[in-house]
Amino acid sequence: MSAVAEQGRAAGRRETVAGLPPAGIRFLSVMVGLVAWEAYGRALHSVIFTYPSAVVRAGYELIVSGELQFYLKSSVIVLSLGLVLAIVLGIPLGILMGRRAVIEHAVDPYVNALYATPLVAVIPVIVVWLGFQTKAKVVLVFLFCIFPILINTYQGVKNTDSRLVEVARSFCSKEWRLWRDLILPSSAPFILAGIRLAIGRGLIGMVVAEFYTTITGLGYMIVQYANTFRMDRLFVPVVVLMIMGVVLTGVLRHLERRIAPWLYVAREE
Amino acid sequence: MVAIKQVSKSFGASRTEALQACTLDVPAHEILCVIGPSGCGKTTLLRIVDGLIRADRGQVFVNQTEVTAPRPDVAMVFQHFGLLPWKTVYDNVAYGLRVQGRADADLADAVSRYIDLIGLRGFEKNYPYQLSGGMQQRVGLARALAVNPEVLLMDEPFGSLDAQTRELMQEELLRVWRSQPKTMLFVTHSIDEAVILGDRVALMTRRPGRVKEILEVGIARPRDPETVRRSTRYLELREHIWHQLKVEVVGGNGQ
Repeated sequence: MSAVAEQGRAAGRRETVAGLPPAGIRFLSVMVGLVAWEAYGRALHSVIFTYPSAVVRAGYELIVSGELQFYLKSSVIVLSLGLVLAIVLGIPLGILMGRRAVIEHAVDPYVNALYATPLVAVIPVIVVWLGFQTKAKVVLVFLFCIFPILINTYQGVKNTDSRLVEVARSFCSKEWRLWRDLILPSSAPFILAGIRLAIGRGLIGMVVAEFYTTITGLGYMIVQYANTFRMDRLFVPVVVLMIMGVVLTGVLRHLERRIAPWLYVAREE
Repeated sequence: MVAIKQVSKSFGASRTEALQACTLDVPAHEILCVIGPSGCGKTTLLRIVDGLIRADRGQVFVNQTEVTAPRPDVAMVFQHFGLLPWKTVYDNVAYGLRVQGRADADLADAVSRYIDLIGLRGFEKNYPYQLSGGMQQRVGLARALAVNPEVLLMDEPFGSLDAQTRELMQEELLRVWRSQPKTMLFVTHSIDEAVILGDRVALMTRRPGRVKEILEVGIARPRDPETVRRSTRYLELREHIWHQLKVEVVGGNGQ
């Protein structure tokens, strides 16, 4: 029995197949998937199907022509503006909701109603009101992003250890010091998890907004190449979106661990 | 130094009485241990003395002024340590001083003095979760001492430590007290701890908590816990307190 398998057993996990580490299994799985797709796609010879090597070639062409960068840039601008706006407004509002009962009860119905509404339904409304330009798309991304940030911040504030609040009071802490020393650091993991969720939703909001406004962005590329049956090119923005999602949420997850190491001690031991 | 006069407190909609007309005096530089069955309102009493909650009736005076809110000349050490997990040992010890508005340059001396006194040198950059329970409570004690309070309130500070660490911490506290003889109100449910540390021991009844008896320990300082434990006075007090407590505990369980 290999050392790795023994380690896995010691950690209470099931033994890995053929002594492979988890990363190896992941890599192999992806390789098998890609090869199967490639073989099937080549055998099919269909206009409405494609395969990995064709997507890679199309991606190369789109990068050389500068088309991908052009549309990516406009998408990234929309996503970052919407996300930053959601962070800047969501966090303070969430803290206020958590600390002040009047604000909590006043804002709560709006947050609940809007969070429950499938926001895709309001896209036509936003387009009618704000037009097809960046402004409308930023507002949509903002709407998709703000609720997880707002709700998580609020939950984080509510989750602050009341015993520590008492310690702070015992040492005669003023309310603003309490926010700085206690409320913010203790809700930071919640806030970051909220931002991570917001990025996932923001990407959806961004693409859907671009479908509807069809002027620029990765969403526009998808619609354009779907209409002309360029499946290989269509997959390029899809893959880029996938990479954006994986990288951004990965960075956030890494930050979560960095910012609150004490939360992970028990799991690591 | 601390005067508790006829303090009563009830909680909840049913107005369950936790404390009933408690009266205690702690002269300057004395350690008064408060012992009683669990749920007898010992912790409530400390929180009232700290100004965290108000008594329904009665008053508490520290240094001849009435306690109405938390104040800088009274500091508390908590059973749950109450350290900020995102701050290092150094920053946790400095916490009380920073909250009082002291500048970083101004507090460095005091912080490092108490880090030395409590035996935390070398751990300044560690986070609480990297320390054992005993070390964490050393941080809690250093943080309370750093604000240079006149009164220390100890809320079962060693209650969540294992037996060996607990005895070491008692010795440590006696050593620290010799160099910093603070007035101390020490809540515990350990008879041994009360006799080892206290100048006097206040026995409380089961809920609603009242002061049942106050005992003079009468064992000379400086004390060495191991010697104290072998003395006849220790055994005598231990037996007496246990006898008195047993009545309360058994009665509290409804027979």
